[in-house]
Amino acid sequence: MTYDGALPRPTPETRAFWDGTKAHRLMLPWCEACGQPHFYPRAICPHCLSDRLDWRQASGRATLYSYVINHRPAKGFEAPYVIAAVTLDEGPRMLTNIETDGPPEPDALRLDMALEVVFADVTDEITLPRFRPAP
Amino acid sequence: MSRLSRTCAIVGAAETDTIGKRPDRSRLGLHAEAARNALADAGLKPSDVDGIFSAPAGPNELSEYLGIVPRYVDGTSVGGCSYMIFVRHAVAAIAAGYCDVALIVHGESGRSWLDMPGLDGPASPNGQFELPFGTRGAPTTYSLPVLRHFHDYGTTRRQMSHVPAATREWAILNPRAMMHDKGPVTPEDVEASPLVCHPFHLLDCCLVADGGGALVVTSAERARDMGRKPVTILGTGEATAHRMVAQMRDFTVSESTVLSGKTAFAEAGLGPSDIDHLMLYDAFSFTPMLFLEDLGFVPKGESGPFVAETTTGPDGRTIYRTGPGGELPMNTNGGGLSYCHSGRYGMYALIEAVTQLRGEAGARQVEGIETSLVHGPGRQFAAAGTVILANA
Ligand SMILES: [Zn+2]
Repeated sequence: MTYDGALPRPTPETRAFWDGTKAHRLMLPWCEACGQPHFYPRAICPHCLSDRLDWRQASGRATLYSYVINHRPAKGFEAPYVIAAVTLDEGPRMLTNIETDGPPEPDALRLDMALEVVFADVTDEITLPRFRPAP
Repeated sequence: MSRLSRTCAIVGAAETDTIGKRPDRSRLGLHAEAARNALADAGLKPSDVDGIFSAPAGPNELSEYLGIVPRYVDGTSVGGCSYMIFVRHAVAAIAAGYCDVALIVHGESGRSWLDMPGLDGPASPNGQFELPFGTRGAPTTYSLPVLRHFHDYGTTRRQMSHVPAATREWAILNPRAMMHDKGPVTPEDVEASPLVCHPFHLLDCCLVADGGGALVVTSAERARDMGRKPVTILGTGEATAHRMVAQMRDFTVSESTVLSGKTAFAEAGLGPSDIDHLMLYDAFSFTPMLFLEDLGFVPKGESGPFVAETTTGPDGRTIYRTGPGGELPMNTNGGGLSYCHSGRYGMYALIEAVTQLRGEAGARQVEGIETSLVHGPGRQFAAAGTVILANA
């Protein structure tokens, strides 16, 4: 069945990120001027406004900053599912989904728990970065 | 106190004839009906208006629709607090001489969805980095910071449940409120209502409605000669910190609220203890809790215990701290939770503050109030606008 959830349309600033996920690599823009990574990918570093950005692969490790369990699904999703804000080990925060074995349970999702990235190839063109509890 | 404090007043305030279900009016039609009613309230004609401040309709759309050619326009559109920000901008524009009569207008077909804008496109930051992860409107994003506050400060589900319960008490006293005749709700009822997006249940979420509202602002000097008792603008604030909720640097602090609130209090020369009446935009049960903290009404992290402390009235009825008879009357029209919420509720919060300060709130009138603070967010704790008003 074809995936009917919302899909990103990459822009010049974000193309390397989405090319990265397609190759199952989590890429982040790092600023060569101030040395900090940022997310979401921008044309300039939000810390110092330099446009000298270098794409580097992130570790794929993160911690659970906060989350919700949605019971009224968006198109392409099956309720209940977890929408989460995760803090990448490199520092930036991203919105993502947490994959769980079976329906998500609040008791099993503790804030600050360790997570690791997984890649969901939802179409031929787009791969979404999701996370699951680290083993 | 700043030099702009008390230079302007609200001299007209009105909503559309009715709110709730308005399949007879489009987005622009609701703006126009509200504008007409606010001008009538102020005793002014369309030709008296020389400044238009509007959202979600652009001031160009609205000037065309109303047949007005203003010499000052402002289309700041940062969500539900756009109207608090318009009040601030109107004060500045009037002080600068850029306009004399500012008409601030809201209208939204939130329920019937007639001529309403669509979602952000797939190439936008939201389209790339939120929507593909199954966000679906405000219940899935306003909810996201809540568990972090619970975790960091020990705030509980039960504490949060007191907010919709207290707000419903006000709606029962307000015949215009959508939930006026739906009876009281207890904190237990909130938790027994269907899950929408954990930790939010249905009764944690604002209503979905059609409606509009408008304000007329002019100089305090001109206001003295007008028909309505003016409501003086003591201080205002605004700020914006992000747009997408995941970009909120600390999920337990609304940075824009802190900055906007500080600015408004400094301009007014007042502090939280000087405020008699509060309108804190309640998009969801948790929303005003964070504002109570970030505006300085309660210490950081203590909004949960604050809202959950109740007393029992002589008739055995529960008295909530922010409800009728409570020490800090808040959201006295019934709020976004039980009055009405068309999408950008800030206008209704402002109108209720004006109604209370005029002493025209009927059964829900808070006696003896002299000051009111109105505060709201634009999107999920992203932008913020604050207005402090007085009736003297
Ligand atoms: Zn930099």
